[in-house]
Amino acid sequence: MIKVRGLYKNFGNLEVLKGIDDEVKKGEVVCVIGPSGSGKSTYLRCLNLLEEPTKGEIFINGISLTDKKTNINKMRQNVGMVFQQFNLFPHKNVIENITLAPIKIKKVPEKEAKEAAMELLNKVGLADKAESYPSQLSGGQKQRVAIARALAMSPEVMLFDEPTSALDPEMIKEVLDVMKQLVEEGMTMIVVTHEMGFAREVGDRVMFMDDGRIVEQGPPGELFGNPQNPRTQEFLSKIL
Amino acid sequence: MELDFGPIIQKELPFFIEGALVSIKLTALSVLIGIVIGVFVGLGRISNNFIIKGISSIYVEVIRGTPLLVQILIIYYGLPQILGFKLPMFLAAISSLGINSGGYVAEIVRAGIQSIDKGQMEAAQSLGMTYAQAMRYIILPQAFKRIIPPLGNEFITLLKNSSLLTAIGYSELTRRGQIIASVTYKPFEPLITVAAFYLIMTTTFSKILSHVEGRLRVSD
Ligand SMILES: Nc1ncnc2c1ncn2[C@@H]1O[C@H](COP(=O)(O)OP(=O)(O)O)[C@@H](O)[C@H]1O
Ligand SMILES: [Mg+2]
Repeated sequence: MIKVRGLYKNFGNLEVLKGIDDEVKKGEVVCVIGPSGSGKSTYLRCLNLLEEPTKGEIFINGISLTDKKTNINKMRQNVGMVFQQFNLFPHKNVIENITLAPIKIKKVPEKEAKEAAMELLNKVGLADKAESYPSQLSGGQKQRVAIARALAMSPEVMLFDEPTSALDPEMIKEVLDVMKQLVEEGMTMIVVTHEMGFAREVGDRVMFMDDGRIVEQGPPGELFGNPQNPRTQEFLSKIL
Repeated sequence: MELDFGPIIQKELPFFIEGALVSIKLTALSVLIGIVIGVFVGLGRISNNFIIKGISSIYVEVIRGTPLLVQILIIYYGLPQILGFKLPMFLAAISSLGINSGGYVAEIVRAGIQSIDKGQMEAAQSLGMTYAQAMRYIILPQAFKRIIPPLGNEFITLLKNSSLLTAIGYSELTRRGQIIASVTYKPFEPLITVAAFYLIMTTTFSKILSHVEGRLRVSD
């Protein structure tokens, strides 16, 4: 469902992605790991064109993202994104955060959008926070709202960029639990994470990135249990 | 030397009060024009379209790089030579102040928008919003709160600067002080009165503004 061919990204003279090729199947859960600065976020952000690739092609359901004729706003509706810093809209309460895009973009009637949002809030365990403002929520709650907000557009793929890295340890589990639930429902997911337990448990595939390249990838059991590349070995030995 | 404010307070007070109201009205209308211009030019300054960006930047540079007095003189005395007719004084007054204010408001708007975390635009766009939708529903409402206080300061600045309209003979507050001075041959008292009026207006408005600022901070 996602196909990446020869993806390069430069920031000025800095080469950040140096030729990424990959394919993500429907329902697949890919966990991306790697040292800080290796290009994980940049890769993820290229997948919904928050960063414009310098070279290469990205296809989602066969449609090229880099083709100038493609309606990128339309494509983005189909690709949910969850950020490390949540990026909730602080001037809107929780229910408005979730319903804004469906109402304004998809023209869903307000009542319908609210009902759908309440369902999503139930799912992430925050139905009682519908009227709260983001500033009144804990980090874990904010991130769960952010997930609900992305899901409200009914995307086919969800991108997570270190969704638990900004959280206090006691809040990590509540967010991972919501993500696991999504996995069970068959959501296609690409997750940049340092939570190796999560990657091992729910990842269909773990991808190790270093210095703008995919160094090694495979099923979690193999990549964690028997890494082939010395850089992968070194990285894993530092964090496990 | 004898100072006597008696006659002014007894006879001319309504004349000055009226002048003060004229100055406030001119300033309010001009700031309104300035806001409309400023929002567009401010957005233009951060546009990706280099023509729009260029024009907006030139506008701001020209307005901020030339004296307001010269701008007023150009619009009232200079333009008729090209237009073939003279703008009514009122229109010349609010358009020169408004166009001037637009340049400063544009910078206020630009700074307000750029102070909003980049993640907000990214989150909005990742949901499928267009740049315009993200601006309208996400960025501008948040920027607006931060724009209010500097906009209030712009109002105060413009209120003082409106005294320059004296140069085209507009009968606002300062001009009225000059008129009284020329009639009585005693310039000190009327001019001090004029200054006192400005001071009362600016301090009052500052008070209101800091009250509003406090309220805005609470609702953050
Ligand atoms: N907008 C940007 N402008 C310039 N350099 C950037 C930008 N975004 C990321 N980089 C650089 O690209 C490299 C990879 O960043 P990133 O993709 O965030 O890595 P990771 O997510 O793996 O930590 C880093 O060296 C970072 O400084
Ligand atoms: Mg990152």
